[in-house]
Amino acid sequence: MVTVSDHGFETEGLAKRFGKVTALDGVSLAVPRGQVLGLLGPNGAGKTTVIRVLATLLRPDSGRASVAGFDVARRPGQVRRRIALSGQHTSVDEELTGLANLVMIGRLLDLPRAQALRRAAELLARFGLEDAAKRPVAGYSGGMRRRLDLAASMVGHPEVVFLDEPSVGLDPGKRDELWQMIRGLSADGVTVLLTTQYLEEADALADAITVIDQGRVIASGTPADLKREVGGHTIAVRLNDPADTDVAAGILAKVAGRTPERSTRHELVVPVAGDEDFFEITARLREHRIGVSELSLRLPSLDEVFLTLTGAPTSAANDTDKPTKAA
Amino acid sequence: MTAIEQPRTRPLAWLRHSLVLARRSLAKTTRNPGPIINGVVTPALFMVLFLYLFGGSVAGSTADYLRYLFPGILVMGAGLAGMVSTGTNINLDLKNGVTDRFRSLPISRLAPLLGSVLADLVRYLLAVAILFAIGALFGFRVHGGLAAALAAAGLAIGFGFCLSWVTVFVGVLVKSADSVLAISFISFLPLQLGTSLAAPVETLPGWLRTWAEINPVTHVMNACRALLNGTPVGGTVTTTLIWCAALFVVFCPLAIHAYSRQQ
Ligand SMILES: Nc1ncnc2c1ncn2[C@@H]1O[C@H](COP(=O)(O)OP(=O)(O)O)[C@@H](O)[C@H]1O
Ligand SMILES: [Mg+2]
Repeated sequence: MVTVSDHGFETEGLAKRFGKVTALDGVSLAVPRGQVLGLLGPNGAGKTTVIRVLATLLRPDSGRASVAGFDVARRPGQVRRRIALSGQHTSVDEELTGLANLVMIGRLLDLPRAQALRRAAELLARFGLEDAAKRPVAGYSGGMRRRLDLAASMVGHPEVVFLDEPSVGLDPGKRDELWQMIRGLSADGVTVLLTTQYLEEADALADAITVIDQGRVIASGTPADLKREVGGHTIAVRLNDPADTDVAAGILAKVAGRTPERSTRHELVVPVAGDEDFFEITARLREHRIGVSELSLRLPSLDEVFLTLTGAPTSAANDTDKPTKAA
Repeated sequence: MTAIEQPRTRPLAWLRHSLVLARRSLAKTTRNPGPIINGVVTPALFMVLFLYLFGGSVAGSTADYLRYLFPGILVMGAGLAGMVSTGTNINLDLKNGVTDRFRSLPISRLAPLLGSVLADLVRYLLAVAILFAIGALFGFRVHGGLAAALAAAGLAIGFGFCLSWVTVFVGVLVKSADSVLAISFISFLPLQLGTSLAAPVETLPGWLRTWAEINPVTHVMNACRALLNGTPVGGTVTTTLIWCAALFVVFCPLAIHAYSRQQ
């Protein structure tokens, strides 16, 4: 029997408690096939728990979830044939080579040995790991491990892929490389659920974003919707010569229509409507021959997003003294 | 995108998957042979220690004493190899997310556990074979014939296997692999040394004698000693088998239950 569903996966009213902790409190999500959903939330928001329910690893207390049209509770076998999971911590074997890791997954997916080898070689090439194929993973860098982990997810040609905070611990260059590869997945028609703590990452990769906090959905929409709601970009300028500060602040205030904040390190920060303002500001700074050592246009941080959406900082920022347990 | 290669569901899939995962576990051992070294070096050290400490006084000569001592050392080796490896491996896999990946694959939920236990059997065999070689080096000779030697090895390994389910159970329940090791280490002393290993139980002081007579490991050691030295086995083999069955029947289902319920 083939169940037809337009959704890569969907959940309805998922709830899950661990003892006294409410990890999920009625989470509903739906993602069309072939799209990328960014699940954005601070540490402890319930992102990993959502993924574990969808990947058939955890039974919710109530609510339902389905993947590729199959209910995760009733047809877990069918679901497992169609998904791949790349956990928060890379789960490749340190002692084995990259190649051996991938061949093993292929064998577990019932590929004959020759085919498992072929698939492994294909994926190692695609994820730029050919040269390291025969080396034990223990010697891999963080970025290489992440890519291998991603490759391991792709062995069975999954329809839906769950990526739990894939860029944690990667430096910006490696992160861009990983983003490129994640974009490749969705170009292949794979539905992706990506969790992240960074709006920037969700913005770069996702077709739609859902923001969760304390197990509840607090906002959802396209990246553009969300940015409109939380106030778009911020410009940060650091000056070569602190003596220029007043003039530069004047320029920023004039273009952005708001007084910029001055940080201790001669940095001026002001929210702007879009990149038009950014170009306007750079042009004027140049007219006034003001030297700039750093200049950036960035999205609001997660804390700023939360402040706007809920009027309160993230719960994680609230109780930093309480150790947040990663599961 | 390539067409989805629909995996055919073939019979005995769980066994094939367990074998794939056993290979994984063994491959990890070759790169990181800690457990085997543990299962060989610790018993070998005890052998040398006891041999030269007590050899003369207990049995008159070290050669005679080795005949008494070595079978117990063999049992200790098989027991240790099992006590440390599966319990800690399972715990590590559960904690660092590897088990999550396996459980999101269309394979039996128990395959990783069975794989690790199967690999343990190979590790026991290796530990026992190496110990036999070390014993031979020190002058130990089997007097009961080949069949009896195989039976002794089989008993030692079989008991190690059944006992390992206790550690698997502990490995699933406790928080870290270090605690599994600590628990194994604490139980090592009474379990392996509070036995007939170094001297017959009749010669032990009262309280130790009582414990050693209850301790199943004593019976395994006695059985192996009788088999290897070609002396009458009496009821020792039967008692060993009953203990093996009891440990297995109780702890295998408990461990499997705890493992499959782990979320
Ligand atoms: N197995 C578990 N046992 C107890 N509490 C858990 C478990 N898994 C998650 N939690 C708790 O549930 C909440 C949500 O966790 P999680 O889904 O891991 O959040 P995130 O991935 O967004 O950081 C946290 O408070 C966490 O401590
Ligand atoms: Mg998480």
